[in-house]
Amino acid sequence: MNSKEEKQLKILACKSRIGAILGTYNAKSGHPGGSLSAADIFTYLYFKEMSVDPKNPDDPYRDRFVLSKGHCCPSLYATLALKGYFQWSELEKLRHVGAMLQGHPDMKGTPGIDMSSGSLGQGVSAACGMALAAKLDNNNYRVYTVLGDGECEEGQVWESAMFASHNKLDNLVIIVDQNGLQIDGPVEEVCGIEPLDKKFESFGFKVVKIDGHNFAEIENAFITAKETKGQPTAILAKTIKGKGVSFMENQVGWHGTAPNKEQFEQATSELEAELAKLEGEC
Amino acid sequence: MAEIITKATRESFGMALCELAKTNKDIVVLDADLAAATKTSIFKKEFPKRFRDCGIAECNMMGVAAGLAASGKIPVAASFAMFATGRAFEQIRNSIAYPHLNVKIAGSHAGISTGEDGATHQCLEDIALMRTLPGMVVLNPADHYEMMAATKAAVEYKGPVYIRLGRLAIDSFNDPDTYKFELGKGITLHEGNDVAVIATGLVVNEALKAVRELKTQGINARLINIHTIKPIDEEIIIKAAKETGRIITVEEHNIIGGLADAVCQVTSAKCPVPVTRIGVEDKFGYSGPAKELLEIFGLCKDNIAKVITDVVKG
Repeated sequence: MNSKEEKQLKILACKSRIGAILGTYNAKSGHPGGSLSAADIFTYLYFKEMSVDPKNPDDPYRDRFVLSKGHCCPSLYATLALKGYFQWSELEKLRHVGAMLQGHPDMKGTPGIDMSSGSLGQGVSAACGMALAAKLDNNNYRVYTVLGDGECEEGQVWESAMFASHNKLDNLVIIVDQNGLQIDGPVEEVCGIEPLDKKFESFGFKVVKIDGHNFAEIENAFITAKETKGQPTAILAKTIKGKGVSFMENQVGWHGTAPNKEQFEQATSELEAELAKLEGEC
Repeated sequence: MAEIITKATRESFGMALCELAKTNKDIVVLDADLAAATKTSIFKKEFPKRFRDCGIAECNMMGVAAGLAASGKIPVAASFAMFATGRAFEQIRNSIAYPHLNVKIAGSHAGISTGEDGATHQCLEDIALMRTLPGMVVLNPADHYEMMAATKAAVEYKGPVYIRLGRLAIDSFNDPDTYKFELGKGITLHEGNDVAVIATGLVVNEALKAVRELKTQGINARLINIHTIKPIDEEIIIKAAKETGRIITVEEHNIIGGLADAVCQVTSAKCPVPVTRIGVEDKFGYSGPAKELLEIFGLCKDNIAKVITDVVKG
């Protein structure tokens, strides 16, 4: 990826973060912390990696994405709006009665959402089913799923990991958004999951560890995943919860709390300053 | 008189799947290490490429089924009723029912007739669990012919379906030449206006024997077979309530949450009549031969006949 391309991705990720803050502020609820940590990954997936067409969201041959950590949908919704699946203004109605954008992803009501999710641990199984369907039909679409590090405490994640490697689902890529924090505190204090790389390796995955905010590293990880045959890939992406908003970064309390007016304005002005800086460099 | 086939409905189900899969290429069958028991092994043998054993991991199996359905397949996920609907209830709710995905869930070894395995495996709550889920169709076929037809209907219906399978071999009573399965429609098996017996699943044949025997003694009981517990046939229940004024439900399930409650919900709103419930009375089962257990729990011809007589003679 050249520097111009990288700059464009950074701009889109910054806009996605602005959308996540806008959405959670208007909803007076939601999960900004994990939305901000995963924004670069969502951006890369939808603007560089996946073969998708917002004008044909149900194309049977499209690549699929499952947000297993469904609560981080505010920045995914923003990414989908930026990609053209629906209007940006939908973010202002996030979590409102009758809104297209539900508190957790709803595949029936939101264009671009490939799987309903929100109950942790379930997304990887659904992604396995999609990847298996591709294999059964000799289709070459790929399936991606993002899960949280805290989510790896769910037993079902490991049931699905066994299934994925047993069935040689090399068209499946699991991305763990390793921001290190969950509701009750740091993951390693609540119920430690490390060594996560060794766990996934022993479950039969190709494991790639990256900085989840570095687009060059993200790109290399997805290239490795594509080159990996006969086994699924797990990308362990080290991230910062609340990334991009100074007072939210690495704060457990911003897992599931919406910004108030003052916090919304400060967060937005920080992100807009970053955006102006990035656009100025173009 | 049609040929009586003595077969467990799980086996009829496995045969039906195999038959349907010959022309329907979208059918994919999943099991959780119980293929030999749920009889998806019949499908596995014929269509190994379209069969996946998920191992002893029911929760993942339901999610895999959801993903397959979201990609255009018609997945059938089978396990024992206890583990399919109990262990994986939340996966079924959130990954299958909420997005209304085209998954068929088969719960075998349902009810007390699971027998010797005892209480942990005798699922008496599956119908209750499944019928609380919005959009879930709940089927409980009563004999070989009905299971064959119900499996076909389940596969043809677009949306989530739970289908209950039994372990015990039972005699068929339907006539394949005249039998017609219609999703959501009850079937009147015996006419009568003294009382209406509404039965489902494995015990329908016992109820049929009971009402036939009572007819010779001058008691005219109507018998309705409810193979579709959800959506339930309100019309046939209201008509029976109006014309007989008394209902008896018979099911191999806890009397809480199953057929009895489904019937009472209709009658209490549309035509209140006294309803007597035959079923497992809010208890766990225990080990023993299936037929003995069915007798002990009152799910046999003699007890059904006794209850009918008591209700009619007041």
